[in-house]
Amino acid sequence: MATPPKISRPDVSRAASRDESKARVVAEDAKAPGPRPATLDEIRADRERWEKETLAPTVAKSPDQDEIAYETRSGIPIKRIYTPEDTASLDYLMQLGWPGEYPFTRGIYPTMYRGKTWTMRQYAGMGTATETNARFKYLLKEGQTGLSVALDLPTQLGFDSDAPEAEGEVGKVGVAIDSLHDMEEIFNGIPLDKVTTSFTINATAPILLAMYRAVADKQGVAANRVAGTVQNDLLKEFGSRGAWVLPIDPSMRLVVDVIEYCCKEMTRFNPISIASHFRDAGATPAEEMAYTLSDGKAYVRACLERGMDVDLFAPRLSWFFYTYTNFFEEVAKYRAGRRIWSRMMKEEFAAKKPVSQMLRVACVCGGHSLQKAEPLNNIARLTIETMAVTMAGLQSVFTAAYDEAFSIPTELAAKTSLRIQQIVNYETDVPKTIDPLGGSWFIESLTDAMEEKVLEVMDKIEKRRGMVECLRSGWLQSQIAQRAYEWENKVKTGAEKIVGVNVFASEEPPQEVEIYEVDPRLEKSQVERLHRARRERDQAAVSGALERLEKDARGTANLMPAIVDAVKVYATTGEIMGTLRKVFGEYQPTTAF
Amino acid sequence: MPSEPRLRVLVAKPGLDGHDRGAKIIARALRDAGMEVIYTGLRANVEAIVQAAIQEDVDLIGLSMLSGAHKTVGVRITELLKERDADIPVIMGGVIPSKDHDLLKSQGVAAIFGQEDKIDQVVAKVRELALAHQRASRSGD
Repeated sequence: MATPPKISRPDVSRAASRDESKARVVAEDAKAPGPRPATLDEIRADRERWEKETLAPTVAKSPDQDEIAYETRSGIPIKRIYTPEDTASLDYLMQLGWPGEYPFTRGIYPTMYRGKTWTMRQYAGMGTATETNARFKYLLKEGQTGLSVALDLPTQLGFDSDAPEAEGEVGKVGVAIDSLHDMEEIFNGIPLDKVTTSFTINATAPILLAMYRAVADKQGVAANRVAGTVQNDLLKEFGSRGAWVLPIDPSMRLVVDVIEYCCKEMTRFNPISIASHFRDAGATPAEEMAYTLSDGKAYVRACLERGMDVDLFAPRLSWFFYTYTNFFEEVAKYRAGRRIWSRMMKEEFAAKKPVSQMLRVACVCGGHSLQKAEPLNNIARLTIETMAVTMAGLQSVFTAAYDEAFSIPTELAAKTSLRIQQIVNYETDVPKTIDPLGGSWFIESLTDAMEEKVLEVMDKIEKRRGMVECLRSGWLQSQIAQRAYEWENKVKTGAEKIVGVNVFASEEPPQEVEIYEVDPRLEKSQVERLHRARRERDQAAVSGALERLEKDARGTANLMPAIVDAVKVYATTGEIMGTLRKVFGEYQPTTAF
Repeated sequence: MPSEPRLRVLVAKPGLDGHDRGAKIIARALRDAGMEVIYTGLRANVEAIVQAAIQEDVDLIGLSMLSGAHKTVGVRITELLKERDADIPVIMGGVIPSKDHDLLKSQGVAAIFGQEDKIDQVVAKVRELALAHQRASRSGD
């Protein structure tokens, strides 16, 4: 007899409960003496034994709590327990592979956070350019590593601060940028080669990008050294966020203009951040990923139609997603998303460079998951969400503020959110290893299930001839509204539980939090600032620039050069967008619900 | 007893904000509660909202506001309604800080709802206000 193994496996009891496996186990042992892990068959057999001997009597006494839905937000069933059986068919090299290599499931960089911490990028911007400049300097001093500019609605929609449409909205949800003067002021004393800046701007993205470039020129920073992002994703505006201006076709043209321009002139700048606001409007996590990747697909096709090389523009595509408290599903969502995108880029669009296949993701933690009731509870929600996205290996994180449901954040709320990220980075072990949840039977099963679900929805969209057609027909909007209504009903019936809202609902009046208030005199001073800018500029140069823009718009040229020239002579956001409105008209929104 | 005609409600999204998840949910909930609901779609102009409300002979106007422009819009709409002698009740919902409620209510806004309010409460209040308006306008016929 061989020496008995030092570490004995409990295969005696296992084999005893399944006689027929005993002989095989012994036979295998004879071939490979010494300790060996249990085989799948043995695990299955022993699970069945456990279910009968240990689980069943307990379940008979105290069954699962039936008011809890054992499924993810996307409707994927969650089993009581996951075992190696659930990942039996997982092919490590094909489905997971190595970080920094296809299919990027475990992360897009070989060292992930060991080499570089994610970018902590808090969305900020309010009131005037001067106030925003002060908030940016404060955040940089507090250790923030990238800037993110929130714009007010008139700027987002191409109205100047003195337009009738802008009344009451100037400087409210972000900063007002009427002309290059405002952009210069925001970045006064902030060298553009030392920071990266993200603009949540879409319909007027070409104008804001042109202004940013003009500031770089004035600071003496070469355009191809400037880094940052413009969101520039119009499809999701039609589908969910609502900040559209032009009809769908000219909107797509301008999106591609910006991508093409950046690929030539501002090669470090992300010309688009394909964003998932569908989620905040109601979509499930699987639908969110499917709609957003399908938008990506529509942009890839549009760039190819423009004649661009896939390996030129694909590396510049960046992404933005929402994350709520459904922790494991969120991690699985991002892992599945990276896998789907890389496969699609490689197989369907023949992208050859690895960087063309990477899903580079920024995210927001918070959004619709944040509650007005007992607002400090939101700090816990934001922490869970920040843990999820860092365990999922994202590149840039915005943790929203606990007072989100009240107003734009106060300084304390904004700082607390940044601190959440810093605590996750410095006080936990999350960033110390890559893809820390990888290999978990639950996470791997869920990643596969999410992938399947996302592909199912993407397939549905393809059958409807892609996202652009799904938007035109209103199909997408009605899907999202339906999900939002379903969610609301789940909260109403208690099928989904929200602490402080429908469980442990506070009887006390809502907690008062300090609310950031926009100075009511701001609108007037911004209008005065705009009027001064109009007085002081070379009017003939402005007219000339706008005429050229109109001519280009009626033709087929890329509109970015004309827009850059126009902002440099201080043509305003409203004048430039007004010229495009004149040529292309406006999108007509759907009134279905 | 003669049956009451269906209540008609205008759900409007004034201002420039594009987040209409809330407006659409309320519109559907009111429709499911048996009311006839007209939704304006995004960026409804204040004049157009008042015009539509009068033309469509609605029993209530619901405004969804999230961008912080609620004071400007709330005041404008209630004033326009007064100018045209229309006593259609107006309610508001969205992100409206409690410190602004008094001003809006003194302007004649009948109720203000926020994320903390349950849909059933909103539906009940809409029904109460719209029914009162319908009865008042029928007795005035």
